[in-house]
Amino acid sequence: MSLSRNDVAKVGLLARLALSETDLDTMTRELSTIVGFVSQLEQIDTTDVAPLAHPLDTQNVFRADIPQPSLTTAQALQSAPRHDGECFLVPAVLGDSGAN
Amino acid sequence: MQPSDMSAVDLVTAVRHGDLTALRATEAFLERIERLDGQINAFLSVDREGALRTAAAIDEKRKAGQPLGPLAGLPVAVKDALCTFDQPTTCASKMLAGFRPPYDAEVVARLRAADAVIVGKTNMDEFAMGGSNENSAFGPVHNPWDLTRAPGGSSGGSAACVAADMAPVAIGSDTGGSIRQPAGLCGITGLKPTYGRVSRRGLVAFASSLDQIGPMARSAADCALLLETIAGHDPGDATSLESPVPPYGADLDGPLEGVRIGRVPAHFGAGLDPEVAHAVEEAFAAFRAAGATIIDIDMPHADAGVATYYLVAPCEASSNLARYDGSHYGHRAQPGRLHPVEPGGHRAEPGRLHPAQPGRLHPAEPGGHRAEPGKGSGASGGGFESALVEMYCRSRAEGFGPEVKRRIMLGTYALSAGYYDAYYAKALKVRRLIRQDYLDAFEKVDLIGGPVSATAAFKLGEKSGDPLAMYLVDLYTVCTNLAGVGGISFPCGFTKGGLPIGFQLQAPALAEPLLLRATDRYQHLTDWHRRRPAIAARPR
Repeated sequence: MSLSRNDVAKVGLLARLALSETDLDTMTRELSTIVGFVSQLEQIDTTDVAPLAHPLDTQNVFRADIPQPSLTTAQALQSAPRHDGECFLVPAVLGDSGAN
Repeated sequence: MQPSDMSAVDLVTAVRHGDLTALRATEAFLERIERLDGQINAFLSVDREGALRTAAAIDEKRKAGQPLGPLAGLPVAVKDALCTFDQPTTCASKMLAGFRPPYDAEVVARLRAADAVIVGKTNMDEFAMGGSNENSAFGPVHNPWDLTRAPGGSSGGSAACVAADMAPVAIGSDTGGSIRQPAGLCGITGLKPTYGRVSRRGLVAFASSLDQIGPMARSAADCALLLETIAGHDPGDATSLESPVPPYGADLDGPLEGVRIGRVPAHFGAGLDPEVAHAVEEAFAAFRAAGATIIDIDMPHADAGVATYYLVAPCEASSNLARYDGSHYGHRAQPGRLHPVEPGGHRAEPGRLHPAQPGRLHPAEPGGHRAEPGKGSGASGGGFESALVEMYCRSRAEGFGPEVKRRIMLGTYALSAGYYDAYYAKALKVRRLIRQDYLDAFEKVDLIGGPVSATAAFKLGEKSGDPLAMYLVDLYTVCTNLAGVGGISFPCGFTKGGLPIGFQLQAPALAEPLLLRATDRYQHLTDWHRRRPAIAARPR
């Protein structure tokens, strides 16, 4: 099983990871090896086996819909790269704004 | 006896009886950290002032006749994957360099409530991804038994600091062996509890259906002491179990008559180092002599464990680590050339932690066409579809190290359209078969024994160039997490070269009392766990 450079580039975009040309080469080689290894699972017969996402038989947990104490705005913003005291600030989503 | 030579059980007893002050105990370990950690690099941060202040307050409390917590005066080192509101929490990543969480992890809160003294945060593989500690953005940990060797990982700092007596106990986390494997390679005792036994709230998430926090110490008795405090239901973790917490420490050193221990012949295949195989067989013999019955069992899908794990864990990681996008906390890339820095902008951490950018970074396009950074003006343009996406992509590229990127990429690929069924869904089906192996085995035996790792500690740099070789290190440990059961590792011998060899016991869900009792019994019959590395024995 080998991945193409294009496959890896597409995954990089999905994963929101900027990859340099060198990164792309390395990642294509390494991911191909790893995907080749994990592909051994194909050989295991899993007919009629249900997927197991969680190890124990846990059930969804609900609590009463009552507001509880939580982080203050100041606490939530304390490590933000940029904020205005009320909101997290990020670069513009639309247009080619230079704000960052 | 120096406080640093005392067991955790003896330390808390001495403090409670007034034979030792919390301050003196804390100072003794801080001194050792100061003296030894320059060579070992087990700590990412040491909270000397905070620890001494806490210790003094505990001594005051005792003087005033106030009740003391069960861990009063016990210095504890905490893996840097657990949030501490008063100390940095970095996960050994540039992404979180200098990050101060706004709250304590549940386990940390329980330690504080029990009057433990948190001395510092320990080094680890970045975001707990790795088996050698070489993936730390802040340098590898050196194995106290041989400074040229890896301590294992990802809780390598926690294992090394206990092995070198820089802390009597430490907290680790285990997603595929990250407590048990470093405990084995550093000659200490480490317990991965049943999934859900210990709250994960405030543990930086790696793979949420596998992650579990546990104690690392010099003996099963000390692990039991720590587990009693950290285990238990937490409404803040919906997957934490409601079962009551038994008094783990009260039920130790019981007889092993009638206990059935499974031995998996396939564990002793070609890849297992002969010295490790010998020590493990000797441990089986010791258990047999202690009254246990050893029964050969088959775990038919164990061979598929590593492949299953390296799909399930990266898939969960790719989702969990999506939160590091430079928006809310953690590293944000400086605006690119076309985006001048705004006067008011500031960054989450000092820029000097980041190496100079190696060339231009740009999103690679599926068509192989390379985009000019910052040039695109729309979603379908040649560059990033927006300044926001550019900020995400560049912040993550700068903040994450190579192994974390590899796993994010692998998980994203395995979850992407067209591959989900072939990889992720397939792995979940095999996961069920692996769990069924355990359910079947525990019909016949009470515990499963065997090696923790195929070899003793390997050289730093020996495997770091080959990701797949490093993944195979997890062979004996990943299935425990996939099945959600508990496992413990402890020393059962040494190589001719003087490196510790670990033995692993696994038990059904919530059978921690039996895991601890069997290990404690073994540690009453042997003294492997009492051996200290030369670096720890060196006089002041």
